Amino acid sequence: MAADVQATTLGLDHRKLAMWTFLGSEFLFFGAFVSAYLLYITTTAGGPGVEIFDIPFTSISSFVLLMSSLTMVLAHNSHARGDLRRMRLWILATAGQGAVFLGGQVYEFTTFYNEGLNLTQSPFASSFFVLTGFHGLHVFVGILMLLSLYALSLTGKVKANQDVKTEMIGLYWHFVDIIWVVIFTVVYLIPEIAVG
Amino acid sequence: MSASDTQDAQTDASHGHHPTPREYVNIAIMLAILTALEVSTYFVDFGSIAIPLLVILMVIKFVMVVSFFMHLKFDSKLFGRMLYGGLFLALLLYAATLVILFFERAPVV
Amino acid sequence: MSTATDAKALRPASDKGLLSWLGTTDHKRIGVMYFFTTLVFFTLGGTESGLIRAQLVQAEQNLLTEEIYNQVFTMHGITMVFLVVMPLSAAFFNYLIPLMIGARDVAFPRLNAFSYWVYLFGGIFLYSSFLLGGAPNGSWVGYAPLASDSVSNMGFYAIGIQILGISSLAAAVNFIVTILNMRAPGMTFMRMPVFIWMSLVTNFLLLFAIPVIAVALFMLQFDTLFGAQFFQPGSGGDPILYQHLFWLFGHPEVYIMILPAMGIVSEILPVGAKKPLFGYAAVVFAGAAIGFIGFGVWAHHMFTSAVGPVARSAFALSTMFIAVPTGIKIFNWVFTMWGGKLKFTTPMLFSIGFVSMFTIGGLSGVTHAIVPHNAQQHDTYYVVAHFHYVLFGGALFGLIAGIYFWFPKVTGRMMSEKLGKVHFWTWLLGFNLTFGPMHMSGLLGQPRRTAVLPGELGSTVELYNLLSTAGVVVLTGSALVFLYNLLTSIKRGEDAGLDPWDARTLEWLTSSPPKHHNFDKIPTVTHRDEFWHRKYAEDESGVPIAVPAGASEDHAGEDDADEHIHMPDNSLWPFIMCLAFFPLGYGLLFVNPWLLGLGLVWLVVGYFGWIVEPLAEGDDDDVPDELHDRPMTGAPTH
Repeated sequence: MAADVQATTLGLDHRKLAMWTFLGSEFLFFGAFVSAYLLYITTTAGGPGVEIFDIPFTSISSFVLLMSSLTMVLAHNSHARGDLRRMRLWILATAGQGAVFLGGQVYEFTTFYNEGLNLTQSPFASSFFVLTGFHGLHVFVGILMLLSLYALSLTGKVKANQDVKTEMIGLYWHFVDIIWVVIFTVVYLIPEIAVG
Repeated sequence: MSASDTQDAQTDASHGHHPTPREYVNIAIMLAILTALEVSTYFVDFGSIAIPLLVILMVIKFVMVVSFFMHLKFDSKLFGRMLYGGLFLALLLYAATLVILFFERAPVV
Repeated sequence: MSTATDAKALRPASDKGLLSWLGTTDHKRIGVMYFFTTLVFFTLGGTESGLIRAQLVQAEQNLLTEEIYNQVFTMHGITMVFLVVMPLSAAFFNYLIPLMIGARDVAFPRLNAFSYWVYLFGGIFLYSSFLLGGAPNGSWVGYAPLASDSVSNMGFYAIGIQILGISSLAAAVNFIVTILNMRAPGMTFMRMPVFIWMSLVTNFLLLFAIPVIAVALFMLQFDTLFGAQFFQPGSGGDPILYQHLFWLFGHPEVYIMILPAMGIVSEILPVGAKKPLFGYAAVVFAGAAIGFIGFGVWAHHMFTSAVGPVARSAFALSTMFIAVPTGIKIFNWVFTMWGGKLKFTTPMLFSIGFVSMFTIGGLSGVTHAIVPHNAQQHDTYYVVAHFHYVLFGGALFGLIAGIYFWFPKVTGRMMSEKLGKVHFWTWLLGFNLTFGPMHMSGLLGQPRRTAVLPGELGSTVELYNLLSTAGVVVLTGSALVFLYNLLTSIKRGEDAGLDPWDARTLEWLTSSPPKHHNFDKIPTVTHRDEFWHRKYAEDESGVPIAVPAGASEDHAGEDDADEHIHMPDNSLWPFIMCLAFFPLGYGLLFVNPWLLGLGLVWLVVGYFGWIVEPLAEGDDDDVPDELHDRPMTGAPTH
């Protein structure tokens, strides 16, 4: 591995460099959705606004996602030490927490829908659902990648010395987590105080 | 960027220090405490400092995850430039856009 | 590795026949495929422009219905921007970047193939709209809420451009990593050819601009297909938000289209003048500055929208300011030619055409920056004249110069110089005849995007329109000369030899056409313009003198060549995976969950096929001396 990296111009792994480059561009993606949300935060067209948020519930799912970053980094740590068995355990834990988070989001969307907030209700509703929905899609893609990593490590396609593969998926996973750190504050907590 | 960049990246690419699982858990505990503090603003009235406090907490959590869980603190500076470059570009562009949009919506006095 | 032989059989290895093209991961072949695909789309886009000009040849004419006319001008714009100029630049990126930096392929060869197939299928998807209820007709900017009205057919636009964006984003990541991380030993940043610098800046622009348009298009899709309210004024939505998001992408996009051409011209002029590029560092930094400032001028497209006086003033200033780095470049090109022994070969003629036509377009661009002036010109043919001078007179002239210049590299043969000169002069004449008069008709008040030329504008405007149409006839003839020259020269052109232009950069160090692995031995770079310095030394007074023959060639013999050259295997998975974009695109468009589900499953299956595909040379991390990493491609594209 080391010799491989030395052969590149900057001494960096191609895949890691690519992942960081891609993540940098993702801020532009989520930033635009957050901007639309902030623009429309009071544009509710007579429907429900930010007061509909259930902060205690969202806090719990946010906390679960935050802790999934811990298990993810522990998975990488195990892989780096060549311990594939423990790595798989942490990977499953991470994917499980991601699934809990997604389940929470489905529950939240359903509740809001029943309370009269749906995609076509108002610009506020559209921007809320699409922003958090795209974040959820990112979590979903992350879970798929974690599960494929799990499966491939069982078949021997991902080997004990290839911890860069776990690291890559980890980078993506942590990124999705920090986006949620921002969303939790900017979309839920601050509007609840300032507007709600 | 200049020629010296190449040298620069080469030297700091070597992973020096990797945190132990113990340290990771400590960081996670700190993150949990910060999150609890964030959520408390919903239950307790912090008055006018609530929003600045929330923003500061968000930034601290963000930097902690990026620096430790994503190893940015121990990895090549170039990775950080890619990530924060994108972040600051996004902040700049969207802040300007929102200012323009709000400015236009403001009632004429 | 024992699996190596099994793996060989499992991955397609032939280098002939259709399958070898469908499965290729060779950056040179992918570049060639990009090139020929853009030729096809260029023909389509050109035909559309012919229809537009035929309609406007005289006032009050009704050759096309309004409905058809709107589709034709919209598709002309989309085609030329997204299916011709951008991918033609990508063809140059693909073919030249690895050769110019002394690498054997790009960082992620399969991702590179993926980018091409997504581009091709996205183009086919867009054009299928003609058969499925009509092409988009809301113009290439797709302003909401008009675009979210079903009558405008903009669903195809919103989804089609999204698909093309995936291609660009994947390519941008790929090329950035390639340029940063795969340069030959000794090639520091300030020894990189200017074309490589401009490619790097362009790909950073793509990287940061594509996500913005992705969001705008997603919002448009949700409005169009699912009844979301992002841009619907009825419920308080703000159509200006769409304009902001579109131009946050749209202005960097302008530089995405022009910077590669600037890079090409910066390579050709020094060769044609037999002098190093004047002010290399200034050209490079001006290019980077254009990239940065290019993100800060978007609202000048919206001076007549509701953006307020403060924003108008600020963006007027930043727009005028961006003319400074552009001007620096133009002076550098002029000084490169100044005092040089100019040889007016066809690529050189097109490069000089680029510099002069682009200057005209740049100057009319500065007039847009003046806000009151802008209000007069907005949505008139003056704007049409301006952006054709930068995109046709600029980008396309530069790219054509590149085609003539690197044709001998790709094929080993020369294009006919005689026909090339006929092409250049008729092209220049036809171009100016078409777009020159538009300045005048625009200032006299002729509106853009209007199906019928109103008679009350008067006979002067009518005359200008007649001239424009005559120009298109000249351009058509000229394009046919070019196509004939291109297609016949592939087989029957004069033998080019190794170094037909007395060139300066690394790609001429290897054979023409280059071997599959590009270089037998990766060159070590000691100078900017490395190849030139291997051919010429300088005497005391600085005059270049040729060094003994043979020193210039890639003369690595059997014993000198690098051992264990690992080239990426062919793979059909990028092609197979990309087919999923058809069911995904149509599934979204017709809101059909079955098609959508099929597309998603196909995509995931393709993704797994891709990552579990055996690697002939063993796994990446097992091969210690391998320069080219396998892509893991955990990165999802949206």
